[in-house]
Amino acid sequence: MTEPSELSAPIAKDDRWIALVGNPNCGKTAIFNQLTGLSQKVSNYPGVTVERKVGQARLGTDLQIKVLDLPGSYSIAPESFDERIVTEQVFDWIYDSKKPDVIISVVDATNLSRNLFLTSQMLDLEIPVIIALNMMDRVKRKHQKINIELLKDKLGAADIIPMSATEKWGVKELRDSIRRQIEHPTPSTPELPFRIIGSVNEVLSPLAASFEKDFKSTPRLAWSQALRIVAHEPVFDIFVQKVSAMQLGTPEKIKDYQNLRQKIIARLKSLGINAQTLEASYRYGWLDILLADGESLVIDNIDDPSRSERVDKVLTHPVFGPIIFLGILYFIFHSIFSWATLPMNLIDSGVHAVGDFIITNMPAGILKDLIVEGIVGGVGAILIFLPQILILVFFLTLLEDSGYMSRVAFMLDRYMTKVGLHGRSMLPLMTGYACAIPGIMATRTIESWKERLITILILPLMSCSARLPVYTLLIAAFIPAKTVFGFVDLQGFTLVLMYFLGTVTALLLAVVFDKFIKLESTSSFIMEMPPYRVPMMLSVTRQVYNRGKAFLLNAGKIIMTMSIVLWFLVYFPRPESNLNNTSHIENSYAGKVGRLIEPVISPLGFDWKIGVGLLTSFAAREVMVSTLATIYNVEGRGEGVISVSEALRSDTDPETGLPRYGILMAISLMVYYVFAAQCMATFAIVREETNSWKWPLFMVFYMTSLAYLSSLIVYQGGRLLGFS
Amino acid sequence: MTINNLKPGEKAAIVGFNGDLQLQARLVEMGLLPGIEIRLVKAAPLSGPVELKVRDYYISIRRKDAGKIQVAPL
Repeated sequence: MTEPSELSAPIAKDDRWIALVGNPNCGKTAIFNQLTGLSQKVSNYPGVTVERKVGQARLGTDLQIKVLDLPGSYSIAPESFDERIVTEQVFDWIYDSKKPDVIISVVDATNLSRNLFLTSQMLDLEIPVIIALNMMDRVKRKHQKINIELLKDKLGAADIIPMSATEKWGVKELRDSIRRQIEHPTPSTPELPFRIIGSVNEVLSPLAASFEKDFKSTPRLAWSQALRIVAHEPVFDIFVQKVSAMQLGTPEKIKDYQNLRQKIIARLKSLGINAQTLEASYRYGWLDILLADGESLVIDNIDDPSRSERVDKVLTHPVFGPIIFLGILYFIFHSIFSWATLPMNLIDSGVHAVGDFIITNMPAGILKDLIVEGIVGGVGAILIFLPQILILVFFLTLLEDSGYMSRVAFMLDRYMTKVGLHGRSMLPLMTGYACAIPGIMATRTIESWKERLITILILPLMSCSARLPVYTLLIAAFIPAKTVFGFVDLQGFTLVLMYFLGTVTALLLAVVFDKFIKLESTSSFIMEMPPYRVPMMLSVTRQVYNRGKAFLLNAGKIIMTMSIVLWFLVYFPRPESNLNNTSHIENSYAGKVGRLIEPVISPLGFDWKIGVGLLTSFAAREVMVSTLATIYNVEGRGEGVISVSEALRSDTDPETGLPRYGILMAISLMVYYVFAAQCMATFAIVREETNSWKWPLFMVFYMTSLAYLSSLIVYQGGRLLGFS
Repeated sequence: MTINNLKPGEKAAIVGFNGDLQLQARLVEMGLLPGIEIRLVKAAPLSGPVELKVRDYYISIRRKDAGKIQVAPL
């Protein structure tokens, strides 16, 4: 399954546009959604937005603008890949003419000083800055006050709009303010709001002066850039890259800058000043005094334990915390199986009813066969898994939106580093249970490339929701529905086992990859712990809806197409004589292809029918189910739409009279699906994120080998032990 | 002394940084500057990360990094 396509419409030269910037988890995307009417994913985890997104907003009847949403960042200086996007954007605004008309600096009002750090950097860019003071509902609930007018004057912002994206107020005022700024921009002061004096001034001024001259910047922007470029090597690299790309400086000029930078760092060092912390010291020095001065600003108090802190006494307890986490995982995977039974049966009866209706009401012929056997049979077999996927996505969204996932990262960082991963790998890996593609995108928040790469490499082993139909079908057909040890439901337990098999193997492989990938790990773990929040029902519903929609669209497009194509391949060539249907199917086009690969897969316990499914599931894993459905529907003609699990169970070899498939084949096939490289979309994303063919090809190779060998061991080992 | 000498619940003020603290620039950008007070909230088991309250928010960092942040008890 693929995500709905991202919004990356280009911004044209004469477009009016604004940019949203802010710290991670400050509510940027929620405001973006309200301005544009779009429904991008929002959550309660720092770093949900990992790429730039463009939407449109209407300000009154006559003004349409574009809105750019950027990943959350604590500073213009980047530490991770998603933050680098922000830095590159800001440098485009500085050195290219493509400036936004207005910057909306989204600020979490409950955490002013740290949020205003980034705002203060934005104020230097010669672009009007409107501060969207978000989460004011919580400031009010705590009976705190913020003197908006005073804050606006002291900061020198164009405007400050108090608002609450969750309670949906203040957005209208924000729109009005944006419109005012587009029509009459507030000019910013050309000097830095804090003074750099003494020896630091002396050391930095040659650099600031040449920025002023070379790029015609205000002194404010020139000094701001000088501070930042001296402090951060990566920022200097981006500077060089932009300046060369836009032909603003000759190679000699860039060399001069490089030498000047080195000289400044050395001189600062000899003065006992750390260049790395210089910019932050000046800005926080200014902000802390400014905030302490205000009559009614929120006062920092580190003594008060928040409500979340008390909840964490239980949820992140050294012993109970990890146990609770495992319990939650078990509960989720198990409930996928137990809770979905009723709605699945309902959909199943619906599909049968439709099939029966067509059978009784349509004249016989090829078209009728195609509709009943190909379309209703194939697509219907997939539709019944919708409830399971919705339940899974519902729970995963709850975990993320409540703020729990940051705690999981905190609790498990130690264990994750032991296997070569990172605490921040947890969220991408768990996202992989729904779909590997957003999971791989989410790895962008991992700062260290080595840990990020290993997370990407193992991520497709997390059983995604497209495997769910395959597992469920095989479990329903071959695993007895009974309870063992008095409380363990065997079918549900088997499903949980498949999830654990994938996850545990992924972690073991991480250890191996960590040993063999010769990259330096620059890993560190700095993570904000957001407060627990009651998940916004609208946002959870949206997530579930979007996933359901993607699944249905997939069923509508890929699976319908595959089913129709496959139906032709199974249906034709028509038998000349009155052969029975089974041998006709074996001689169909699909049957021939299936039997061609049969020798390769028969050691795993699979016959040609499964083989055809393995081939078609390269389009999407769940196509295995619709493929089998189409094959059996063509075979069992005229009896209405067939239940695939029933058909699998009762399929017998005409020569021996024995059942074709048993529990051993089912387990072997499930294990194959746990490991196999099947989803082409995943490898396309890996190609993009790693910027090479090497890693996706390596993944296809290792996953295919792993799948084949594991199934071989399961099937042949099982046979030696006397199972069938 | 460093943050690692603090017990959960204890408060201290940041004095400076030791040696090759990774992501030092990031920590100061997030407001962990000399003179700023912090409270150790908890430590994850088996030398896992520690959680601090600083300014108006909670942050967790690894223990090896916490050991490079010098503090003075309050």
